[in-house]
Amino acid sequence: MLDHKEDLAVGTFSGNRGLDQEEPPIFEIGRPETSGVDMEEPAHFEPRLGGLERERPIGLPGVSEPEAMRHYVRLSRKNYSIDAGLYPLGSCTMKHNPRLNEKMARLEGFADIHPLQPQSTAPGALALMEELSRWLLALTGMSAIALSPKAGAHGELCGLMAIEAALEARGEAETRKTILIPQSAHGTNPASAALLGFRPRAIEAGADGVVSEEAVAKELGPDVAAIMLTNPNTCGLFERNVVAIARRVHEAGGYFYCDGANFNAIAAIARPGDMGVDAMHLNLHKTFSTPHGGGGPGSGPVVLSERLAPFAPVPFLSRDGETIRLVEHREGAQSFGRLTAFHGQFGSFVRALAYILSHGSDGLAQASRDAVLSANYLRAALRDVMTQPFGDRACMHEVLFDDAFLEGTGVTTLDFAKAMIDEGYHPMTIYFPLVVHGAMLIEPTESESKRSLDLFVATLRDLVASAKRGETDRFTRAPRLAPRRRLDETAAARKPVLRWSGA
Amino acid sequence: MRYLPLTQADRAEMRAVIGVGDVDALYADVPAELPLAPSLDLPRAKSEMDVERLLGEMARRNVPASRAPFFIGAGAYKHHIPATVDHLVQRSEFLTSYTPYQPEIAQGTLQYLFEFQTQVAMLTGMEIANASMYDGSTACAEAALMAHRITKRRKAVLSGGLHPHYAEVLRTISHFAGDEIVALAPDVRAREDIAAMIDDSVSCVIVQTPDVFGNLRDLASLSEACHRRGALLIAAFTEVVSLGLVTPPGEMGADIVVGEGQSLGNPLSFGGPYLGLLATRQAYLRQTPGRLIGETVDAEGRRGYVATLSAREQHIRRDKATSNICTNSNLCALAFSIHLSLLGEAGLRRLARANHASAVDLVDRLAGVAGVETLNESFFNEFTLRVPRDAAGLVEDMAEAGVLAGVPVSRLLPDAGLDDLVIVACTEVDTVEDREAFIAALRGAL
Repeated sequence: MLDHKEDLAVGTFSGNRGLDQEEPPIFEIGRPETSGVDMEEPAHFEPRLGGLERERPIGLPGVSEPEAMRHYVRLSRKNYSIDAGLYPLGSCTMKHNPRLNEKMARLEGFADIHPLQPQSTAPGALALMEELSRWLLALTGMSAIALSPKAGAHGELCGLMAIEAALEARGEAETRKTILIPQSAHGTNPASAALLGFRPRAIEAGADGVVSEEAVAKELGPDVAAIMLTNPNTCGLFERNVVAIARRVHEAGGYFYCDGANFNAIAAIARPGDMGVDAMHLNLHKTFSTPHGGGGPGSGPVVLSERLAPFAPVPFLSRDGETIRLVEHREGAQSFGRLTAFHGQFGSFVRALAYILSHGSDGLAQASRDAVLSANYLRAALRDVMTQPFGDRACMHEVLFDDAFLEGTGVTTLDFAKAMIDEGYHPMTIYFPLVVHGAMLIEPTESESKRSLDLFVATLRDLVASAKRGETDRFTRAPRLAPRRRLDETAAARKPVLRWSGA
Repeated sequence: MRYLPLTQADRAEMRAVIGVGDVDALYADVPAELPLAPSLDLPRAKSEMDVERLLGEMARRNVPASRAPFFIGAGAYKHHIPATVDHLVQRSEFLTSYTPYQPEIAQGTLQYLFEFQTQVAMLTGMEIANASMYDGSTACAEAALMAHRITKRRKAVLSGGLHPHYAEVLRTISHFAGDEIVALAPDVRAREDIAAMIDDSVSCVIVQTPDVFGNLRDLASLSEACHRRGALLIAAFTEVVSLGLVTPPGEMGADIVVGEGQSLGNPLSFGGPYLGLLATRQAYLRQTPGRLIGETVDAEGRRGYVATLSAREQHIRRDKATSNICTNSNLCALAFSIHLSLLGEAGLRRLARANHASAVDLVDRLAGVAGVETLNESFFNEFTLRVPRDAAGLVEDMAEAGVLAGVPVSRLLPDAGLDDLVIVACTEVDTVEDREAFIAALRGAL
């Protein structure tokens, strides 16, 4: 074991530490005259740029192909990844990303087709979009789908716009400006509502971590446009009053937006359509395994209830006998308009459909059950040493702990997370949801073997015991074995350096 | 199921530790009136080989750009992508990592984003850039919202040369956000007088160059007109390769520059995923949407990078955030950045010249075709052609003849009465033979 009181700064001449190699910014490697792309200079011609030719140098460095390879491979090795280890970020669903998905998305007939080529030359692409739609509608029990939203937060905009369009059609858009949002919601929920001019109003969850019918009922009124509820919620719990809440909201003239970030717990098990949901986004980059790519691209299709279906954005698919057509303009319909250029994250559609077809309906249900089973296994294996904010009860696909078990140790949730890095794990989601003190939200997903889960449990138990023994240096000085120690975020924000400006 | 590691024995052991006999007991909170695990009329699991067969059949029904002389642009462009780019973006550590919330183990992502921000700022001639938006159209909408916050005004004036999809996205979001849009009529020949539209209530003017019809626009006097009335100039582009050859918006006085970055490193992929570029002045830093990566040092004094100024963002500021964006287009930004690092300044300029030369050559050939007219006085790699029949039918007929010829303006603007116009794009992938095939197919379809 490490002596945690010792620092590990090993001085080497190069700054490298074995396989952990230092890599300067590309601007300190490349030269403007170098290029790693061979191309013939075009024969002489008269430019037609209308006198707008660039005159000053750009300053962009170029590198040869081997230099590029080495630069980016070295950078890649400074990242944690699902492929390398358990990535228990709660609410992020970091599951295995099958390479079959990547292979399919790269088929020439998918990767090399243009969104504006004649539809008659892309019937296979439209068929793929229709097949994905069929699956997503069946899994959610909803009536219509908008495929175009680019990510979850963009899907929230889509759903809220459909709701506002429906309110406009009822003549109530000016009066219904309030959106009810539990305090445990993702930050995107209030941000999306505010962006569209709605007033977010917080609702409280009960001591059991879920929203009660009464808590919603007392906030309802003629000013309420909708409720935005995440189900399963960010505390890892199924909102068990969801049906009653939906009924109350509908009776009061409002709509029910569901944040579908946590759909991985219930895919092929329970249908949002049966719960009274009017609009919900699905994160294809979570539940349906399209890779997260270090922060994107995502893909956030939105499913809609019958009441909201007429207001779906363009483009949408329409079938006429054997022919599938992509409707790109409103054509006098009630569609609320367009959310993005073109048709959405088609490359993600291919990947998601490859994942869905591989599982089939039976496999999707098994995956959901395994995700929930694994989270509960972690809960059961850790509940005697870590503390749960809402008592010991079954969770969905993620398990939430608070920092009560660290009280008096001098170790914070952040320290605990950083010590996990030294043990070779990506930390769980920390300090979220905001309603739980020092929150640690763990989502193992269905992709972990029992052996992997057991090793994770053993590691966390060792860390807890160590914190309780007073070995605070193991935590407060962590990480020491990562490519970097803790970074000075205060300095970064105080004097922002957002671009390279010289060695 | 090949993706699920738990065995039946594992599951039984785990249930025992939890203390439930049946995994569905864990779903006890699902209300009883809901059907649990309803039987869905959907196919069962498939092998890898069967999935490949099924999706392969769908893919084969489409005509890919590489299988035909290809001249379609209008917001997305066919370019050659070096093999190295696709290999590197599939590195596990890039492909399967999350947003860099733990910077000590995400320096790879953070450093390439820092490099990306620098490259975008350099290309556009601006001081700073963010770590990407979803695509050009949403970046454009975010720029308008940003201008509204900066100027505390809520009216945007849109040039008639702005890509119609971009204009529609702006119109949609402005409608719901309660902001005003003044959209000029489609401006095929870049002759509109936007400056005349600017008054003291205008927050921003949004102009695209090269515009959707391919015209290059000098923004210098327009930026002065904007600034005289306290409005911002937002410059948009859909073809980032143009910046290798034409004066960047930053040198013409733009305040915010947004654009589509797909052309570098990213395949056409039927419209997405792409990446939005957003660059601006340092002074507007705190009103900038999206993630920003900054340089700092670690506890040992070594150079490192972190996501910074996150007090602007939704996960901290919630309803007071500058945007609701969370997931962006990281991996597409990486592909962009690798491609641009390979090109370097010399390579980018050469690539841009090759694109321009290809378009010049086709325009020259078109001068010999009776009945068609190129409308542009200036262009980069795209121009608009007037044809003596409906352009949509012409494009369909040319596709029948094996040439993917361009985008009929009616596809983008069905009600504008511009049914005889087609937007044609040329890139470095077109050969002389392709351009000859274009002319032959065009003659056949006239």
